[in-house]
Amino acid sequence: MQHEKTHIVPYRTYLIILVALLIFTLLSVKITAIELGGLTVAAALIFASLKSYLVLTYFMHLKFDKIYIRIMVGFVFAVFLAVIIITFLDYYFR
Amino acid sequence: MSQVIHHDEHYDAEGSKIGMWLFIFTELLLFGGLFIIYSVYRFSNQDAFHLAAEELNRTVGTINTIILLVSSMTIAMSTSALQKKQKKTTLALLGVTLLLGLVFLVNKYFEWGTKFEHGIFPGSQYMLDHLSQGEILFFGLYFVMTGLHALHIIVGMVVIGFAYAGVRSGRVNADRAALLENSGLYWHLVDLIWIFLFPLFYLIH
Repeated sequence: MQHEKTHIVPYRTYLIILVALLIFTLLSVKITAIELGGLTVAAALIFASLKSYLVLTYFMHLKFDKIYIRIMVGFVFAVFLAVIIITFLDYYFR
Repeated sequence: MSQVIHHDEHYDAEGSKIGMWLFIFTELLLFGGLFIIYSVYRFSNQDAFHLAAEELNRTVGTINTIILLVSSMTIAMSTSALQKKQKKTTLALLGVTLLLGLVFLVNKYFEWGTKFEHGIFPGSQYMLDHLSQGEILFFGLYFVMTGLHALHIIVGMVVIGFAYAGVRSGRVNADRAALLENSGLYWHLVDLIWIFLFPLFYLIH
């Protein structure tokens, strides 16, 4: 356990991820400035999801972690998504 | 005293990581609940939310987003630096992270300050007299959610402060990096929450 090899992520990887995150941020600012109606919400949430995927995978090391941690995280997000979907099903079909 | 030293033998990086993730899950569900409240109220008060969101300053929001993203990168890099046994670089990167956290809070202070000057704060008579119920809901959620997030920034900075002290004294090192890694995880969580708060409050008009 003690001598298990830890994966050292090179600085460059983090820098590339940061640049990608900044590009997504600026794109989401630009795209929401255009009047798209309902699509604005969708566009903003898609960019936020892309960004959170990058943060979870690289900054939070999920890519380099054991598979069971990834499954746990995926499960929690799935539960949250299910709660949102059920809430809105309730609202739409009331 | 000797007992403390014996406890050190039980260092378990994987165990602490799981513990940290379990804690993060509770945080996700805490903010998740607030996000659901936000979306339901937005759904039932669309025009009011649209109007109220115009009040928020997109530029300040964007700058704070960039600050948090950069600070997330610096703390991620600090773990790599520690593993490469570059103590000075680790400390410098942690220092930058703390500084960026502080800048974020200062921005937030001025942002909230401007709102207060305009009579927009929880329990304000001006809001009751001039704003619709939907707008009051929007600002209520705005203050609760960004306030709770700012509280997490403060806690994150304290935790990073402990990691900083640990790295400096050598208690946290390449073989015992869990404290630094876990404070990094917490900081990324704070970043993750902001990634959703920012578009929901500032961008969607």
